[in-house]
Amino acid sequence: MKIAVCVSHVPDTAAKISIGSDGKSIDPNGVTFVLNPYDEFAIEEALKIKDAQGGEVVAISVGTDANKETLRKALAMGVDSAVLLKEDKDRDSIGIAKALAEEIKAQEAKLVFFGKQSVDFDNSITGQVTAELLDYNCVTVVVGLQIDGEKVTAEREIEGGREIVETSLPLVITAQKGLNEPRYASLKGIMQAKKKTIEEKTPAPYENMIELVAMKRPPAKQPGKILGEDSSAVPELVKLLREEAKVI
Amino acid sequence: MANKVLVFLEQRNGSIKKSSLEAVKVGKDFADKLSCDVEAFVIGAEISDLEKVGSYGVSKVTHLKNSELAMYSSTAYLKLAIKHVQDSGADILLFPNTSLGKDLAPRVAAKLDCGIAMDCIAFNFGDDIIATRPVYAGKALIDVKVNSTVKIFTLRPNVFNAGEPSGDSANVEINEISDPDLSTKVVEIKKSEGKLDVAEADIIVSGGRGLKGAENFNLIEELAEALGAAVGASRAVVDAGWRPHGEQVGQTGKTVTPTLYVAIGISGAIQHLAGMRSSKYIVAINKDKDAPIFSIADYGIAGDAFEVVPKLIEEIKKLKAE
Repeated sequence: MKIAVCVSHVPDTAAKISIGSDGKSIDPNGVTFVLNPYDEFAIEEALKIKDAQGGEVVAISVGTDANKETLRKALAMGVDSAVLLKEDKDRDSIGIAKALAEEIKAQEAKLVFFGKQSVDFDNSITGQVTAELLDYNCVTVVVGLQIDGEKVTAEREIEGGREIVETSLPLVITAQKGLNEPRYASLKGIMQAKKKTIEEKTPAPYENMIELVAMKRPPAKQPGKILGEDSSAVPELVKLLREEAKVI
Repeated sequence: MANKVLVFLEQRNGSIKKSSLEAVKVGKDFADKLSCDVEAFVIGAEISDLEKVGSYGVSKVTHLKNSELAMYSSTAYLKLAIKHVQDSGADILLFPNTSLGKDLAPRVAAKLDCGIAMDCIAFNFGDDIIATRPVYAGKALIDVKVNSTVKIFTLRPNVFNAGEPSGDSANVEINEISDPDLSTKVVEIKKSEGKLDVAEADIIVSGGRGLKGAENFNLIEELAEALGAAVGASRAVVDAGWRPHGEQVGQTGKTVTPTLYVAIGISGAIQHLAGMRSSKYIVAINKDKDAPIFSIADYGIAGDAFEVVPKLIEEIKKLKAE
């Protein structure tokens, strides 16, 4: 079975975000970009299925040449091949999904993994939209997955619990932390990844439906009071919570 | 500028969720600002007190009803939502940004080929509707405009106030649905041991590496119980295997906006602060007085959690007993 994993290239979660001079994007200076953390769970799940059942895993990313670094990381983890859908403009999530759906169709992948969201714009749109464009089933925020022939049982995280979902292939899964323990790239994997070619394609043009008007800093939070250095400060804390914050 | 606002109501166990009432209130505000109608719809089996949704600003609610739709089915809900949106002639759709709303709303956008802005926290009405939403887990905000005829917005729970119920009743129209498409279907919900979830809790008590070991989280659990709070955790302790990932607060965990957030033994890594900085009140208890968590805390105690927290539990229990 051919399995596709869609990956994105995002600022590291430890990065400090400052607004760029255009007022519409982040200042990339000093920001390290990495494989989206949730995509690691997506890659691991695809590789686990390949290890168990055989098949082939292709990683796909939409973006600039910079995304090749993230595709190399996927290759180093054990993905068989990688495709970069070259786009120099920022696409909205539906535009990214359209490019991906086109490529997944060409690849004839019947099982597709995404991270549950990219930690840059935190949308959680692309996986579901890609699935609908392909008319595939789709389960999001998945923490457990069992595939038995065409039949699939997935566990998805919801508020205060988990839903057990029954569905079938063809299928899109968006991965949540907890689905598995992503493997580290081996030295051999890293060396092999360097030698592999990343196929480049140009997706069909797309006009954004979402227009970013401005990016701004969140309102600053005023630092409060340090009430003391031991339990003698507790009565004052409780008093403030009760009388000033009115939360208890 | 707009024809009709349609609000999707989410039900669980036949009750409408609070985040959906917040969405109704926002829908009413949209309708007032844009001088258009607002309606709501819900998909499910038996639903109690549906007419009471009228108290938050809609006069008509449509219930798409089938006994097999009590639990979520993405395939059935999507087809029914699309048909209802088209029949209603609505061009602005609002969904709560919950697990279900996040799963369903983008699919609706895909089928209608329209723009969608997720997790909105504010709106401005001028020549266009400008939606504000957090990005980078709240390290920045963006203002966006949706440039398609039909526009979808999902609303972050706990941000918009549903307000006091007016006492008005909505007209409930029931549409019996036959043969829903159940090719993807929830067959069971496993609750996490009756505990509160950080994503929905009004008070959260979180612990970090300063607790020194998984066994010491009983302190956090005890304080959470005394406050009626959910237990949260930092990424460090989740990665160490002390706590389940469902409790993780921060950029690769949950972004939370409770009324009160109590951080214990958490230094405040940038990805953690991003996930909880919008909490209304923040209390920090940490040995290191230079820890970044104090830079956003309303009240801090720069002391040893093992000495401070037992006293805090005692004081709160005393207060609650009064």
